[in-house]
Amino acid sequence: MKTDQLIDLLSTNVEPVKSGYLKKTLVYALFIGGIAAFCVMLTTVGLRSQASDKLDPGYLILKLLFTISLVALGGTLLAKLMRPGQSGRKQSTLVVLPFLMIAGAGIIALVFGEPMALGRMLFGMHWVTCLLCIPLFAVLPFVALVWALRRGAPTNLTQTGAIAGLVAGALGATAYAFHCPDDSVPYIAVWYGTLVAFCGVIGAILGPRLLRW
Amino acid sequence: MNVGANETELRELMIRGLDGDAASYRTLLERLSGHLRTFFKARLNRIGRGPVEAEDLLQETLIAIHTRRHTFDRSQLFTPWAYAIARYKFLDYLRRTKLSATDIPIDQAEELMVRADTAQTESSMDLEKLLQEISPKERQAIRYVKLDGLSVREAAARSGMSESAVKVSVHRGLKALARLIGKEAGS
Repeated sequence: MKTDQLIDLLSTNVEPVKSGYLKKTLVYALFIGGIAAFCVMLTTVGLRSQASDKLDPGYLILKLLFTISLVALGGTLLAKLMRPGQSGRKQSTLVVLPFLMIAGAGIIALVFGEPMALGRMLFGMHWVTCLLCIPLFAVLPFVALVWALRRGAPTNLTQTGAIAGLVAGALGATAYAFHCPDDSVPYIAVWYGTLVAFCGVIGAILGPRLLRW
Repeated sequence: MNVGANETELRELMIRGLDGDAASYRTLLERLSGHLRTFFKARLNRIGRGPVEAEDLLQETLIAIHTRRHTFDRSQLFTPWAYAIARYKFLDYLRRTKLSATDIPIDQAEELMVRADTAQTESSMDLEKLLQEISPKERQAIRYVKLDGLSVREAAARSGMSESAVKVSVHRGLKALARLIGKEAGS
């Protein structure tokens, strides 16, 4: 086939293209993924029972601050990565910020907290549930994000997969936060931080396979 | 290097093409294919591949540019976008053919616009053969709208499909062709 023949084919009756379609798809996927993760949380472990212990909303807010800032920063980065020629280098470094902040806060709490409570602070009471739930809740958001990203044209598949995994993990952690009965800053830093990062690693491994076009 | 002049012009053509101006879009693809041919020939030459493979990759890239044209952000530059797709398709080609990219220097986007190579070679693709491999519905839609140049409405009337079904079939058919071309170019 001559290239002119192909150009003929491609440029005959071209449909106008709406702008804004990609961003809408991504926002849609984040939204659906978030709702799906929340539903999985409700049907498996359920909401935290409020009556049983004295609930400090400060910890829930802290958990959500960490996860939602990651969703926002990662989501903005994905909007760039799904378009060829946009590396999003500035946004890439920003994604590290929530991790640094929660780690810093965790260390401060450890240093100034009561030494007796060390084990309790790090492991809480339900770290096993946390370990299983965050990756599990991240599965559906990840599927939604891959669906959206495949509508774009990411050229760095490992990086895009990693960020998609990270955002999915953060959405999973957001849902888990509404169940999570462990209230301590080091706990959030260790378990939320590690598990969300772990989801990012899985995403980086799956990216080249799932996002190829 | 007069990147600026080329960039402004190509970007203008692209935006008009996105708005549905077929003539601008054709001009864009024609000019772009000259630049991309240079780009691929130079790279393939270094790994001992000839002009036919370059033409294969060029066509694969053009169809990718077409089916992914909604990923172009009108507020951004055109050249880096097109170059990123070409580079992605080149690296994908190396992966498919199990060649290593390590000894191939990564070039600047500017190089893409240096000189246009208009010496066409036949690619190894056979459009008719490729069309036989996609679904009959998509094949018919592409034949009517893209090859015979019928309007979507005429194609819909002739095939008994709704207009939106024709549009969807053309879109899916082109994506299927893109996949087939990708497979052929790597074999």
